[in-house]
Parts: sequence; C-alpha cells; structure tokens
Amino acid sequence: MVKSVMIVGVGGQGTLLASRLFGAALIKSGYDVKVSEVHGMSQRGGSVVTYVRYGDKVNSPIIEKGEADIILSFEQLEAARWLPYLKIGGKIIVNTQKIDPMSVVSGETEYPEGVIDAIKATGVKVKEVDALKLAVEAGSTKAVNVALCGVAAKMTDIPKEIWIESVKETVPPKFTELNLKAFDLGYNL
Amino acid sequence: MKKLLLGNEAVARGLYEAGVTVVSSYPGTPSTEVTEEAAKYDEIKAEWAPNEKVACEVAAGAAIAGARSFCAMKHVGMNVAADPMFTASYTGVNGGMVIFVADDPGMHSSQNEQDSRHYAKAAKLMMLEPADSDECLKFTKLAYELSERFDTPVIIRSTTRVAHSRSLAEIGDREEVKLREYVKKPGKNVMMPAMARGRHVVVEERVLAQKIYVETEALVDGINKIEKNDGAKIGVICNGISYLYAKEALGEKASYVKLGCTYPLPEKLLIDFAKDYEKVYVIEELDDVVEAHCKALGIKVIGKEIFSLLGEYSQATIRKAVLGEEFESLSADVNVPARPPVLCAGCPHRGLYYVLKKLNVFVSGDIGCYTLGALKPLGMLDTCICMGASISSLHGKNKADPASQSKNVAVIGDSTFIHSGINSLINVAYNQSNTVSIILDNSITGMTGHQQNPSTGITLKGDATAAVSLEKVCEAVGINKVLVCDPNDLVATEKAIREALEYDGSSVVISRRPCALLKTVKHNGARKVNAEKCRSCKMCMKIGCPAISMVDGKAKIDFTQCVGCDVCKQLCKFDAFED
Ligand SMILES: Cc1ncc(C[n+]2csc(CCOP(=O)(O)OP(=O)(O)O)c2C)c(N)n1
Repeated sequence: MVKSVMIVGVGGQGTLLASRLFGAALIKSGYDVKVSEVHGMSQRGGSVVTYVRYGDKVNSPIIEKGEADIILSFEQLEAARWLPYLKIGGKIIVNTQKIDPMSVVSGETEYPEGVIDAIKATGVKVKEVDALKLAVEAGSTKAVNVALCGVAAKMTDIPKEIWIESVKETVPPKFTELNLKAFDLGYNL
Repeated sequence: MKKLLLGNEAVARGLYEAGVTVVSSYPGTPSTEVTEEAAKYDEIKAEWAPNEKVACEVAAGAAIAGARSFCAMKHVGMNVAADPMFTASYTGVNGGMVIFVADDPGMHSSQNEQDSRHYAKAAKLMMLEPADSDECLKFTKLAYELSERFDTPVIIRSTTRVAHSRSLAEIGDREEVKLREYVKKPGKNVMMPAMARGRHVVVEERVLAQKIYVETEALVDGINKIEKNDGAKIGVICNGISYLYAKEALGEKASYVKLGCTYPLPEKLLIDFAKDYEKVYVIEELDDVVEAHCKALGIKVIGKEIFSLLGEYSQATIRKAVLGEEFESLSADVNVPARPPVLCAGCPHRGLYYVLKKLNVFVSGDIGCYTLGALKPLGMLDTCICMGASISSLHGKNKADPASQSKNVAVIGDSTFIHSGINSLINVAYNQSNTVSIILDNSITGMTGHQQNPSTGITLKGDATAAVSLEKVCEAVGINKVLVCDPNDLVATEKAIREALEYDGSSVVISRRPCALLKTVKHNGARKVNAEKCRSCKMCMKIGCPAISMVDGKAKIDFTQCVGCDVCKQLCKFDAFED
C-alpha cells in the first residue's frame, strides 16, 4: 500500500522543510519514500505544493487528483485550491492563516469568505489549526511549518520518538528547542 | 548504504564517486543543485561560470587535459552551450566528460518548454535519462565509463520531477581517477576543415558502435530495461520519469521498454518488443522523439495521438489516455484566485519598477526575479525573450524607431548582464543607439536561489575573489554616461533615469541594492500603519508589496513579511507609515 501526503502553502512558508521532515521520519520507519519538491520560481510567494509518498515500493513521485490520503495546508485558500487532489475519504488539515494573493492585495478580486465552510460542505472532515498562534507560543512565527507537521504526525502510525529525532535532524541546530516545542504543541492539539 | 537524495544531489554524489575533479556550470532551475552539491566535496573543483558556453568549454578543456569533467545547465542553457558542444563531439575527450541538462516540462521556472533530446541527435552525443535518484547516481558513474570508452562527451538529461524529487539512492565510495596523460594530437583536437573532416568519420563510426551497445550491454548495465508481465496486452515504450508514471498507472497490465538511453535508440530491441503486443504506446513528455523514430522504423505505435506535446505527464494522464479511467475528486464551491509568484517584500526591484511606471516607459525585459515586474499591479515589462536579450533587442527597437528612444529602457540583472548582457552592451556602444540599459544589481543571482556570480566577489566555494566592476566594464566598452542609484530611494532613482533618458548617447543606470533575502543584509524593523493618518488613498498599493493589504479600508502591514524598506513610506502623502 502506498500512502500519499500533500503539503501545500505559499512560497516562503516553509513547506519544503516540512516535506523534508516527513521524508526523514518515513525513512527511519523503513518505508520506501519519494518526496517531490518545488524549487525556483514559485518559491517567490506563489502557490507551492510538495508531494510525499511512502509504502513498500513507490513509483511515481507525484500525487494526482483524487489520490492524497492527507492534505496538509498551510493556508486556507490553498486548501481549497488543492482539495480536488484529496482521495474520497481522505483527511485535510488546514492552517486558518490567510495570506492574500497579489490580485487581492491590489484589489482586483477579494479573498473569498467561508473557505473552510465550503470545504466542509463537500463532506470532507477538516481539522482546523491556528498554527500561527502555536508558532508564536513556541517562540517564532517561523515555526508554523513544524507545528503543522506535529498535527499531521498524529495522523500517521509513526511513533512520536521517530518524529522527534527527525525534527532534531531537519531543523537548524540553533532552533531545535523552539521547533520541538512547536511540534509538541501541534502533536498534542 | 541507501540515502534519501534529491535527484540533483544524487548526480553530484555520482560525480564524487566517479572521481570527477573539474565542474563548471551556470545556474538554472531545475539543474542548479547538482553544482551546488558538487561544490561541497573538497575533491571537486567546482565553479560558477559566467554562462553555459564558458562552462562547457571549461569542461571540454579539462577533459582534453585528462581529467573527468562536468558541466550542468538548464534546457535553455544548452542553446548557449551548443557551439562548443557540437564540436566537442568531434574532438572527443581524454578524461571523461559529462554534460548535464535539465528540462522543465510544464515550465515551472522557465521561459519555454524545449525538449533537449533533439540536441543529442543533432550533436551525435549519447544521451542518458535517469528516472529516479538511484539512477541519477548510477547513470552518472556509467556515463564516465561510456565517455572514455567511446571517446565522447555524454549528455545526461533530467527533468524537473527527476531533479527535484527525493528517493533512495545507493551510495558508495569515491574512485580516485588519475589525470590521463595529455598527448598532442592536432588531428583530433584542432578542429579546422581538414582535421574536422577526418573527425566526422570517427563520429559516425562511434554512433554505429554505440548503436550496438544500446541493444546489448546497455541491458546488462541497467541503462535500457525490458520488463515483461505475463498476460499483458499493452506494450509501453518510455523514457525517464514517464516510466514511473506508466508503472503507477498501468502496473502489470503492461510490459515495458524503459529507455535509459534516448540517443542512440536500440532499434532492433524496439522492433522485437513491439511484435508481441496488440497495442504499443510510446509515453514520453514533450516532443515525439522516440515515437517518430519508431514510426520511421515501421513500428506501429500510439503516441501523440492521445498524449500531449505540452506540459508534464502523470499517472493520471496515462490512466485517462490509455485506460479511460479517472479518479473521483471533490471541489469546494468557492472562487479561488490564482496565486502567481511575486517580488518579495523589501525587494529592491520594486522601487525601480515604481519609478519606471511613473515615467511610463517601454521596458525591454530580461530573465530573473525582476521578470516578475511584468505582473500586476506593476505590469511594467513589454518584452522578455532570453538571457541578455533586453539590451540587444532594445537596440533593435531603437534602430527601427529612433524617435521612441527617449521613452525606452532595458532592465537586466547583474548575473544576466555578466551572462550575455555584456555582449549586448558592447553592441549598443559599437553600433551607437541611445539605449538606456538599467542593470539591477542586487549582488546575487536571485531567481535561481542565490548563487554567487563574477560581480559579487565570492566564488561558488565561498572564497573571496576578483569582482567585476560593472561601472568600469560599461565605461570600458564605450558607454560615456554611467549612473548609479539606490532603487529604494525613489527620488534619486527617478532623477538618474530621467538623466539617462534625456542623454544623447548610450547610457547605463546601475540600480544597486542587495537582495532583501541575503543573510548579510541588515533590515529595519517592520513598519506600522497609523490608522488615523491613513486616508485610504491606496497609493501604497500601487507597488504590489505582499506585506501591505487594505483591511477595513485602511492600509495594514503584515509584520511577518515587512523588512522596513520604506518604499511605501515615500509614497504616502500623509505620513501614515511609522517605524
Ligand atoms: C540561458 C539561461 N541560463 C539560465 C537561466 C536560468 N536563470 C533564470 S534567471 C537567472 C539569473 C537571474 O539573476 P540576475 O540576473 O542577477 O537577476 P535576479 O534574479 O537576481 O533579479 C538564471 C540563471 C535561463 N533562464 N537561461
């Protein structure tokens, strides 16, 4: 069985580190793993998506419509954008943070109201998280990514110790304590 | 030992293990990390070249000298490197030489979607195509053996999904390879008509020998693979990542020929394979390179009749095209606005574009972060073709329509100027047009993720080195008016650009301020809006700063993004922005 996790957000939010954290934890758990990242242009504040797939043997590194077991969204609008990629019966975690795309900033369009309700209306189970609050509580707004990983980690069958070890390996040493705290806050939510 | 490696990291590991000593590249997504990772090995002399042509020539020279050498580039970089590459095919090598090219189907970060496989055939160079990180590493090592055995540069072609996916790769030790002896051989290494005629014969003989290799030993080496499944009625011929998509979509319903070498092709193998199946599909992203070859051989295959020439493939594309199946999916009933990339908060390009917008000029664009100035609300680029084209194409416009000269500017980044803009500027000075060239010197190669370049004074390995003086280069090539301004100072920038536009002769404005994301740059704290002073005039919204939005009719600053560049502050007539 191959499982698929999609991490979506806005360039600059730290989705790449989140996918690396997943990669590290899954490898430690003995899975075959593929992680497909986005580098380059879209990292400049664009919509970004990273795919994580694991199982006995993984072929494709990417996830297509209707295939993701879990979507971890760093932003509300991005959750709605990538919802079609969720498998029927899959789970979605949404950071309630809103980041205006440029067309909203410049007043051409509006940030839609009730994004999370619209996702719920499709019958999908949504786990809402105020990750910015968790990150601030842990000590820095930059820890949003690791806090969200904590929430998602709880939904996997990987033991917590493995996650903790992986956090230590993945984040810069200077910020280990802070990130472990953020991870914990997410995990225990 | 197996390690989870990015495709590009695995190529770099392959270079290390193969005993490579010289690496010269120019950055370009999705190829950049190969060289950045190679630079981490002390045994490898890895450098950024000013452009891909130089990189390819450095690698060719190192190979002739007897070392194992390497250069990397993105697909459009191969256009720049093509000149040395086509003739290095004639000279061959001494130590092994590998040219790495990364294509970008779907154009995640590119200005076109060209398929570099055409180059392999055109330059008569063997081309290997790995599908995952393990193959990236193995094929890289094998490429050096093949390069030395057939006395030729070998091309490794990757694509975005191979380059930027992590998967497990078996890593090993480095094999130290001694510098081979250099023996003077003008007949082989001096390419002028009399010698080159002789070498062309050698090239054609080499391709014939490689054609035998791809049918036979390549199967043992794991480059080409045949994978037969009992009872499968479908045959699939595929290359690189499309093999993994096909396997995901069709599993054991199909049998596969996985081509790890797309030039030359194993013709007999393909003919024999196709005989056993009712339907044979060629699944390859971008152009119909393999398909057209199969059809020319008389093999009945289905390809671009059902697969697109555009964009990336996936398991879903193949499932739909071959099996007619689609997975069910949900969608939320909200209008989701697009989210294209934007200039970062504090980006020095923003102030410059604001001034250009105010002056209402025609902007001949180029490639880099500053290309994002094309998007609303700045919307300032009129053209963008390829690296270096801003200055040269504006010269063309100015020659065609001299009356418009004082209303036109070219914008070009520091790395792009060094890459090929210098040639364009020489042309302006030499052929005399009143072209205004603005060099956006943010002291780094920004778009591709912060690489040093010859104007920054730091090498790829992080050592201090000579730095090109942009001012002196401009003066030396014959530009008599060279102005420097700080783009975050809107008044000074406007003054400099007006002066250049009014000048009768060619001129350069160097708009200089380091990229806001550089770790060495000190930032002011985030600014605040005094809501009482804000009159909702929206002047600050004209610069498209992602840190500013209107909330309840008042400007609001996102403190997580704002770096205090104060461009907004200079625009506000009511002093609403505070420290
Ligand atoms: C021939 C070619 N090589 C490489 C690239 C990849 N590339 C795109 S922009 C860029 C450099 C941008 O740096 P700079 O000109 O300094 O502008 P900045 O992004 O820093 O604003 C590169 C290398 C390309 N598009 N074409």
